[in-house]
Amino acid sequence: MAVVSETIDERTTLWSRMRVWLRKNYGEVPLFAWLVGALVAAIIEMLVGNPFARLIGMPRGPVLFGFLIVLKTPLLIPPAILYNLVIYIFPTLLVARLLGSLSNRIAGWLMDRSVILSTLIHLGLLYATLHIWASFNDYRVLVVKLILLAIMITLSLNVVNGYMGEFSCSHPGFMAMGAYTASILSVVFFVDDSVFGPAILPPVLGQFAFPLILIISGLVASISALLVAVPSFRTRGDYLAIISLAFTFIVKSLIENLEIVGGPRGMRGQPDWATLPVVFVWTMLCVWVINNYVRSTFGKTMNAVRDGEMAANAMTINTRRTKMVTFLFAAFWAGVAGGLLAHVLRYVNPGSFGIQKLAEVLAMVYFGGLNSVVGSIVGAVGFNLLSEALRPLELYKWIIIPIMIILIMIYRPTGLIAFTEFDVKKIIQPRNRDREA
Amino acid sequence: MALLEVKNMTHYFGGLRAVYNYNLTIEQGEIRGLIGPNGAGKTTIFNLITGIYKPTEGIITLDGENIVGLQPYQIAAKGIGRTFQNLQLWRHMSVIDHVKLAQYSKIRYGLVGAFFGTPLRHRQEQEIEDRSLELLELVGIRHLADQIVTNLPYGAQRRVEMARALATDPKILFLDEPTVGMNPEELKDMMEIIRRVHEELGLAIFLIEHRMKVVMDLCQRIQTLVFGEVVAEGTPEEIRNNPIVIEAYLGKEIET
Ligand SMILES: Nc1ncnc2c1ncn2[C@@H]1O[C@H](COP(=O)(O)OP(=O)(O)OP(=O)(O)O)[C@@H](O)[C@H]1O
Ligand SMILES: [Mg+2]
Repeated sequence: MAVVSETIDERTTLWSRMRVWLRKNYGEVPLFAWLVGALVAAIIEMLVGNPFARLIGMPRGPVLFGFLIVLKTPLLIPPAILYNLVIYIFPTLLVARLLGSLSNRIAGWLMDRSVILSTLIHLGLLYATLHIWASFNDYRVLVVKLILLAIMITLSLNVVNGYMGEFSCSHPGFMAMGAYTASILSVVFFVDDSVFGPAILPPVLGQFAFPLILIISGLVASISALLVAVPSFRTRGDYLAIISLAFTFIVKSLIENLEIVGGPRGMRGQPDWATLPVVFVWTMLCVWVINNYVRSTFGKTMNAVRDGEMAANAMTINTRRTKMVTFLFAAFWAGVAGGLLAHVLRYVNPGSFGIQKLAEVLAMVYFGGLNSVVGSIVGAVGFNLLSEALRPLELYKWIIIPIMIILIMIYRPTGLIAFTEFDVKKIIQPRNRDREA
Repeated sequence: MALLEVKNMTHYFGGLRAVYNYNLTIEQGEIRGLIGPNGAGKTTIFNLITGIYKPTEGIITLDGENIVGLQPYQIAAKGIGRTFQNLQLWRHMSVIDHVKLAQYSKIRYGLVGAFFGTPLRHRQEQEIEDRSLELLELVGIRHLADQIVTNLPYGAQRRVEMARALATDPKILFLDEPTVGMNPEELKDMMEIIRRVHEELGLAIFLIEHRMKVVMDLCQRIQTLVFGEVVAEGTPEEIRNNPIVIEAYLGKEIET
């Protein structure tokens, strides 16, 4: 007992010493400086990443911070850590420190101009960093796209399961609806296809029609969500879990039996429209709209439904309307994400929208944290990185991940970062205002 | 025309007759009391009028309009605000969010505002917030606005319930044992708040209360309910001296 508590003590003091150091040197560094720092790190990697990696004994720069090699070639862990420190962490820390006060002035100036402008500039920096970092390696591009989509899916399920406290299992079904709707629309209208015939419209227009295609995919998912919502929310009681689960299975077997879209073999030939900027913009749009919704008084009726429906009703809240709107809204974003996914992979098959997908989405939601936008982002990113790291274990991955989820459910039943508000204004503001004032 | 009128209301839970042939008339600005031993059916009467249960028989009108069969949220929006005997707060929410949410029926910005943050939404949210702070001030917990309700002491939670009920902009306020479990200090504050609410907002109040002193002090007329039936009705003076009431209710209280 004594030994255990001692080591914990030591760890906490080391950790707290680091925190004190960080707060002293970086407490007033705004997001702007961090983003510039990350951008510089990405540029450094682009310029000297591979030569440096070879210098320290790695074949080339690690694909995902070394997550992939942790289990495959453990011997490379020390050089990977060194690589992360030298290429990413030190430059970021250095630049952030140097730019601290200057970027506070920039952030303050931008903020005073317009919050929207400031937000867009921050997003621009974020995108530039992601773009440069990802273009180091094709695999990174794919992973970034998939993680962005995972954020959309996680967040939209969090709206139902976290913010509204219902338990829905229909997200894979909605994604399938979106994925197939988008695929069919793109292939029918813009691709010469052996099943669906020649393109109806000139393929060059496709890029521009893609947003519309995605919106239609989302709407189709929403309409199909009525099949779940109407019977589930008619009466009180926990019918949603079972009905939504049935929905996922029904959609999957329906598609498997639909020969025109390839049945269980799936469907190919989606054009390459889901580029990194496109996926990024849709993800940011999704986060923005969902965050708007959950922070409005209108949207917070979800929390009232969760925490006490009878009281909500007695306070003039039409809880049935809240449930319907929220459920269809979440389905819309799952549909859009599905449509994007089909165009990222340029292939869909019904098998990928089954129980395993459901487990993944639920894991990301409950891992990241209920009722929290940041939690969902952390959940999606964390889960995907973890899942990449565990890839060499193949099937065992599906034993380890559930065990981790169970542990989290025991020790942090609401997830890592639960019940927070995501206030963009607070995140992008300069950090020295209170001292000035 | 009476503000609220209930005629011959009867309600059965399966075979159990919870309320029998109940009549009530409440005028604008009146404070009305409802007393009775445990299990007499007082809360059930609240739940029947506010639409949580549908009466087996009877007519209920608010401002002359029939409200039987409406959903609870519709009845609430028509002007009946209420608190609950056992607190029904939303446990993950802040105090001010409680009061904001109860103004739901005022929201006009719709889905577009909720999704995209239109100027109308910002204006309305600001109005709702200002009004919430006013109401919190009125019940004396403005300084707790940003607290999560479960962190508050019991007396403050009761006040949140009160502010939340007021935020629905009621014509008549139903209070179900608002002082239950309170210490003498909290009790005094709560009576003060009820008086203030009555005077400043000019509300009618329908009050269920176990403590004789509270009902006698606050109410102009009182009904006594026993086994779902009104056995006595009158001014505090009349109720105090009514032999049936003394036997059925007061007597027991004096004994214990
Ligand atoms: N939903 C219900 N289903 C069945 N019986 C109920 C229900 N609600 C209340 N009852 C019964 O109806 C009777 C009246 O209950 P009610 O809660 O209205 O009493 P009350 O006067 O408010 O009592 P208290 O002073 O304890 O609050 C009780 O016998 C109770 O058990
Ligand atoms: Mg009661």
